[in-house]
Amino acid sequence: MEKSLRRYAWIFVLPTLLAFTIGFIIPFLEGLYLSFCQFTTVSNATFNGIGNYIEAFQDESFLHAGLFTVMVAVVSIIFINVVAFVLAMMLTQKLKGTNFFRAVFFMPNLIGGIVLGYIWQILINCVLSLTAQPVLALNATAGYWGMIILLGWQQIGYMMIIYIAGLQNVPDDLLEAARIDGATEWEILWKIKIPMVMPSITICMFLTLTNSFKLYDQNLALTNGAPNDMTQMFALNIFDTFYARAGKAWKGIGQAKAVIFSVIVVIISSFQLGYTRKREVQQ
Amino acid sequence: MKNWKTLAVAGAMTLTALAGCSSGSEDGAADSGDSGKKGSVYYLNFKPEQNDAWQELAKKYTEETGVEVTVVTAASGDYENTLMSEMGKSSAPTLFQVNGPVGLKNWAEYAYDLKGTPVYDELTSDAYTLKDPEDPEKVDAIAYVIESYGIIVNEKLLKEAGYTTDDIKSFEDLKKVADDIQSRKDDLRFAAFTSAGMDGSSDWRFKTHLANLPIYFEYQDKNETDTDAIEGTYLDNYREIFDLYIKDSTVDGKDLAAKTGDDSLNEFKQGDAVFYQNGSWSYGDVVNEETGLTDDDVTMIPIYIGAGDEATQGLCTGTENYWVVNKDASEEDIQATLDFMYWCVTSEEGTTAMADEMGFVIPFKDAKPSPNVFVQEDVKLTENGATPVAWCFTTMPSEEWKNGVGEALTAYAADPTDEKWEAVESAFVDGWKTEYELANK
Repeated sequence: MEKSLRRYAWIFVLPTLLAFTIGFIIPFLEGLYLSFCQFTTVSNATFNGIGNYIEAFQDESFLHAGLFTVMVAVVSIIFINVVAFVLAMMLTQKLKGTNFFRAVFFMPNLIGGIVLGYIWQILINCVLSLTAQPVLALNATAGYWGMIILLGWQQIGYMMIIYIAGLQNVPDDLLEAARIDGATEWEILWKIKIPMVMPSITICMFLTLTNSFKLYDQNLALTNGAPNDMTQMFALNIFDTFYARAGKAWKGIGQAKAVIFSVIVVIISSFQLGYTRKREVQQ
Repeated sequence: MKNWKTLAVAGAMTLTALAGCSSGSEDGAADSGDSGKKGSVYYLNFKPEQNDAWQELAKKYTEETGVEVTVVTAASGDYENTLMSEMGKSSAPTLFQVNGPVGLKNWAEYAYDLKGTPVYDELTSDAYTLKDPEDPEKVDAIAYVIESYGIIVNEKLLKEAGYTTDDIKSFEDLKKVADDIQSRKDDLRFAAFTSAGMDGSSDWRFKTHLANLPIYFEYQDKNETDTDAIEGTYLDNYREIFDLYIKDSTVDGKDLAAKTGDDSLNEFKQGDAVFYQNGSWSYGDVVNEETGLTDDDVTMIPIYIGAGDEATQGLCTGTENYWVVNKDASEEDIQATLDFMYWCVTSEEGTTAMADEMGFVIPFKDAKPSPNVFVQEDVKLTENGATPVAWCFTTMPSEEWKNGVGEALTAYAADPTDEKWEAVESAFVDGWKTEYELANK
């Protein structure tokens, strides 16, 4: 059985591989090629060497967007995962109404990023004007924290569900044995629960990390980079490079930025995957 | 036997996986295969507000001639990226739009030379064309609609305040009237100007349209039509008119950053303010049954900024809607497209639809008069000897320049100090130079 499985494995991989090639590998290679070109539409590109990459790295707004993205990513990853884990801990206790609260916390995830962005923009602007602060369009600090709140609000529920699934899989006999041995709840959390839910932590970290790096629609809706591109993240910066100025030079530069961006995301997320994977334990 | 089963399963899975890819059929793509020698038209329209009228007109044309016409309208603000992806397809638009000389830079190499075509010969003036950046003999684009903007006035309210539009013939008059109305705001229950919202849905009225005036007067002085470095000689006037907008307003300057285009329009509709800067395209929004405003209640006056000869200043009249024919389309499709354009601007149905349904004034010989009062106001002013202010904003170096000015203006509106105004000046003058260089490298 195993032998024939191995022999025909490629046939089972084929459908997905084909879709992956058409939907990802070919566009990616074409995109890679275009990043060395000047073009208006993808069909009339002229080769341009590495000029686009030089321009991209010299562009201060791109570097600033990168820094801002990292700042948003770091804080939102910690914020989302800690809060989601705490909520998951609370909602796996034997309390009344846990199912109701799970549904409530999960719900914001069902709303699209653009809609959420505009709703939070209205809310935050309202609070800011009531407290006589400059509104989002003039206030980069508020824009930054607004992004964090928005991301948290949207993703905490989703990560919470993953953590709940992980926590429910911690075997009761392990917990019971620990209690008999006199472990405190705190020790159980750190020495048993967290090591046992490490696979969930890996997934949640990966999701929050890539989500915050790839973030576009929430950024567009909430601040659109205002004031003066101070709250512009990577993806929005790339989009603006494409369309904010006429002329074919900018399309190629935007494309080069996009390639740099995907390489960064791939490197960081594979590093993170490797790091958290090492800490996973077998039951 | 087993092999075949496995293959069949894998094949079925592949089909399912790929089915998802093919479902995105392009209803916009004109199928040139079926219509044979006749060719077909695929028009990528820029103006969402006229989408229905274009669809209707296209249907009529197909009924009359049998030539298939597909009109697709890009979502508001998404024209450039829609066009870019559509042009990369095998069935690309045969007719599309650019917004002026700067927009043409992206698409000049796709433009069919319109010189000598029947539709070109119908134009009332060669001024309504865009020449190729590299070959001044080649006509890349022709304007198909002329629009005007200025300050829309609610004459009913103005009368209530004790004035008529005849009292406003210069910036000084405008300021006097606006300041007076504003000072009596509580008694009159309306302000002078609707909110100058700096949200993305509204800030173009100031970073683009209002900014046109200082640029226009500078070009006039220097006798140019374009520049690589603006000096900003009329920026003080720009500040004065903008001050008027933000001070004599329905809302506090600090709140303008979040105010939208709809907010401003609604204030005007509800009679919260007398003046509202916008263009002839907003006629349908302002005059209708819902607002209760009729043609007699509203008019449009020039935006005076205290520069040039104000006695003969007209409305800002021009276009940022140019037709370009795709030269890479097949010969039959190009011919079909040219025929369609010619029909639109000469036939009874075409000209009527463009005037009545779309409310356009078209720069062609057979044009029908439009019922739009703002457009009529422009005609009246010009007949009385006024010179329309040209749309110089199509020469603004890039979107990025407009955004820079817009953000500086937003900050200034919240805190109108000299320091903040210097940021506007810097975005205007220095920004122009850097953006011009960046956009032309």
